[in-house]
Amino acid sequence: MGSAKSSLSKIPNAEQLMDDTGFSPAHVVRLHERFQALDKEKKGHLSRQDFESIKELATNPIRDRIIGAFFAQGGEMVDFHTFVKILAHFRPVDKKHLKKANIREPINSRTNKLRFAFQLYDQDNDGKISRSELLQVLRTMLEVQVTDEQLESIADRTIQEADLDGDNAISFDEFRKSLEKVNIDHKMSIRFLR
Amino acid sequence: MPLGSLSPDLVGVSRRVSLQRGFLILCALVVLLLFEAVVPLGASSSPNTTSGKHGSNRTKKPFPVLSFDYSHVRMPFEISLWVLLASLMKLGFHLIPRLSSIVPESCLLIVVGLLVGGLMRVVGEDPPVLDSNLFFLCLLPPIILDAGYFLPMRPFSENLGTILMFAVVGTLWNSFFMGGLLYGVCQIQGTNLSEVTLLPCLLFGAIISAVDPVAVLAVFEEIHINELLHILVFGESLLNDAVTVVLYHLFEEYAGIGSVTVLDVFLGVVSFLVVALGGVLVGAFYGILSAFTSRFTSHTRVIEPLFVFVYSYMAYLSAEVFHLSGIMALIACGAVMRPYVEANISHKSHTTIKYFLKMWSSVSETLIFIFLGVSTVAGPHSWNWTFVTVTIVLCLVSRVLGVVGLTYVINKFRIVKLTTKDQFIVAYGGLRGAIAFSLGYLLDAQEFPMRTMFVTAIITVIFFTVFVQGMTIRPLVDLLAVKKKQETKRSINEEIHTQFLDHLLTGIEDICGHYGHHHWKDKLNRFNKKYVKKCLIAGERSKEPQLIAFYHKMEMKQAIELVESGGGVKLPSAVPSTVSMQNIQPKKPLPDRAIPKISKGREEEIRKILRNNLQKTRQRLRSYNRHTLVADPYEDGWNELLIKRQKLMQMEKKMSNYLTVPAAPPDSPTLSRARLASDPQAYSSKPASGDLPTIKVDLASPQSPDSMNLVDEFQKTAALQKDDDDGGLVMKVPPEDKEEEQKGEQDSKKEQQQRLMRCLSDPGPGGDDEDEPFLP
Repeated sequence: MGSAKSSLSKIPNAEQLMDDTGFSPAHVVRLHERFQALDKEKKGHLSRQDFESIKELATNPIRDRIIGAFFAQGGEMVDFHTFVKILAHFRPVDKKHLKKANIREPINSRTNKLRFAFQLYDQDNDGKISRSELLQVLRTMLEVQVTDEQLESIADRTIQEADLDGDNAISFDEFRKSLEKVNIDHKMSIRFLR
Repeated sequence: MPLGSLSPDLVGVSRRVSLQRGFLILCALVVLLLFEAVVPLGASSSPNTTSGKHGSNRTKKPFPVLSFDYSHVRMPFEISLWVLLASLMKLGFHLIPRLSSIVPESCLLIVVGLLVGGLMRVVGEDPPVLDSNLFFLCLLPPIILDAGYFLPMRPFSENLGTILMFAVVGTLWNSFFMGGLLYGVCQIQGTNLSEVTLLPCLLFGAIISAVDPVAVLAVFEEIHINELLHILVFGESLLNDAVTVVLYHLFEEYAGIGSVTVLDVFLGVVSFLVVALGGVLVGAFYGILSAFTSRFTSHTRVIEPLFVFVYSYMAYLSAEVFHLSGIMALIACGAVMRPYVEANISHKSHTTIKYFLKMWSSVSETLIFIFLGVSTVAGPHSWNWTFVTVTIVLCLVSRVLGVVGLTYVINKFRIVKLTTKDQFIVAYGGLRGAIAFSLGYLLDAQEFPMRTMFVTAIITVIFFTVFVQGMTIRPLVDLLAVKKKQETKRSINEEIHTQFLDHLLTGIEDICGHYGHHHWKDKLNRFNKKYVKKCLIAGERSKEPQLIAFYHKMEMKQAIELVESGGGVKLPSAVPSTVSMQNIQPKKPLPDRAIPKISKGREEEIRKILRNNLQKTRQRLRSYNRHTLVADPYEDGWNELLIKRQKLMQMEKKMSNYLTVPAAPPDSPTLSRARLASDPQAYSSKPASGDLPTIKVDLASPQSPDSMNLVDEFQKTAALQKDDDDGGLVMKVPPEDKEEEQKGEQDSKKEQQQRLMRCLSDPGPGGDDEDEPFLP
């Protein structure tokens, strides 16, 4: 614990970070170590190359989108705070934490998790998943040779199923509704980050 | 009940009463036959025939026109009678109103067994006891195979850690706690139990502490609790077999000697690992063999289900040879082979496997419970108040303590924690059943003089858990408002999004540098896709991504549903459709599809046509020959088949949109499966021989000419449809393209659906997980 405290002091604004995200000191330290391991050139922030050099990520079909999620608003660097804040989305939902008198909704609430996922679909940030965006996602996920017609039928079917207000696109609420039976708390949580 | 409505009720009641009377008479007849069979009536006839043959100086007797020789059919006859009795009982329970909703079937069956056993006693005959060999080799495997083959892998693998904890640690705790405390009680003076030493007590504890899969299945299936609890209790009951086997053999071996050393304990632990892992490996091996075999069955579809059954049974027997856990072998075999076999076999084989497994497991379960009842009457009993009451109390106490303690530890590692309600259900659902009885019965009377006392206690515990816990669990579940099973299926949204989230989480785990659950799952999937699927799945299906397979299945299902409802009703988002054809009710709410509305008159017309055609199609089905899967080219209906095939080919263009490979040959397994589903006189998937005109499918054609074809066909078949129903048996999934719908092809749509209706009159099961027949 002593070592954690001392390394914690090296991290700027650690208290604020823990407060915002709900991570424990041990976790913050661990994430900091990981951050530094990824930051090979010791720049103090991460660039896209750093992410792309993670070799396990190479086989992931939606790698670019995930990396893109870290670099929100077109920035080129990810500092430690942003890194931790984004990873905080994947903390398991902590019922005790919810009971604290937090006016703000915690980052790892169900809605925020879903919003994070939604933003990965919605690349142009217009608040809706359009047919073309859906097609792109399907195309990247189904790496095998699949005809365009098939993809289009699937995309059409998906939108038809979820679209309640008939605008031929999936809004965040429709997205959330279509996933109401899925246990998002379980599905979008990493135990490691408890 | 108002007076006015009495008369129809009276009619209904009287009809029901006469039905019940007839049924009771039938049952009495069967039971009578059973007694006749058991009582050696036929013994007198056999000596006559044998002596007649052996005598060298045969006197000439008049030729026997009618003779009675029962002995040589006795065994199969008795077995059939028992099975018949079991099935009739099962039928009977549902004729009695309200009974099946209060009392679970297992209880009723035990009562029936008790009655039958009692009757036999009264007659003076010795009731048969549940033979352990019969139980373990014949009655148990179908139930376990049914459970293993249809085991929902997702919740099972997600909760595997929890299940293993409950199964292994929980069972160990139960056995030792019970065994130890029982020994302590036995040592107390004044209970006449001092000859029961420690090891027999521990053995008894091991036997009685295992949760029984048969009993759990029988009870839990009726209460429909949510998936998590179901899989927890059920998974535990399956996986604790390994522990039970090891403990049983360990204590049985050393009970005679009277002492267990540390080495023995160590060997026991090693043995446990061997038994569990060995069982799984044996099962997996046979599962892979079976999957591999199913790859080549495209020409002999009829025996496909046989491979599944025989390989699984061999897995069970092979595991039993080495005293490995047969149950785990069966589960592993079923779970491993299922995804590959299902990709390879035909639709009808899938139906066959499903219904055969359900049938066998149902009959087995019924027989087991009835025999439990009969054995209770039969077996020698030695009742000891102290022992029995202490056993029951300890069972409950140890179960509760075990569950609570383990949950406390487990919740530290779970993302979704187990609540108190969950714990209660898990604890309360720990039913004991026939496995405990059989194990107890297997004990050697010489080595264990207290065997009868054990057996009595075991039976009492079984009765207690099945009756008391089984009957009260349903109201308790309602009282505690435990979440029930969700009835609806996955939508394509859920499928896509969950896959997306899987990728996302894998990526995040990689970024964190943490090799977690998703990482390994992803690796396994990749390995599966790259190597295993290529080996074990025939043809083009091996490359089909899961999403496409899922989508295709959905489309088929929806086509069936759409036709079932008569189609043509505008469906609001969440309101279930109330449209119903004459006798066909849609079972579930129809999916939201914007389909144009048609007028009432038109609807009626269409319904009438559909109804009529359904009747005709049903009649035609009866002429289907079990062995014929390929239509005889010299048969009369060949021309019709040709026309059908032509139309089918044209429509396959549409279907192939939903299939993987762009240039799908007409004989890809998916297509042939679709064909088989659509046509009662199904074709095998041989490539077109010289007899048939080969029709090349042109995939490049755009969609609009397709719809024009439909209009033409509508004109054409309008004439045909007057006389008979063979006016074009096509399988067409309703097009989703909205512009096509708006073209006003409402009429052609209805026509398609009529055709669809005709051809889908025997579509098999509605889906993977459903049990209900297609048409109620």
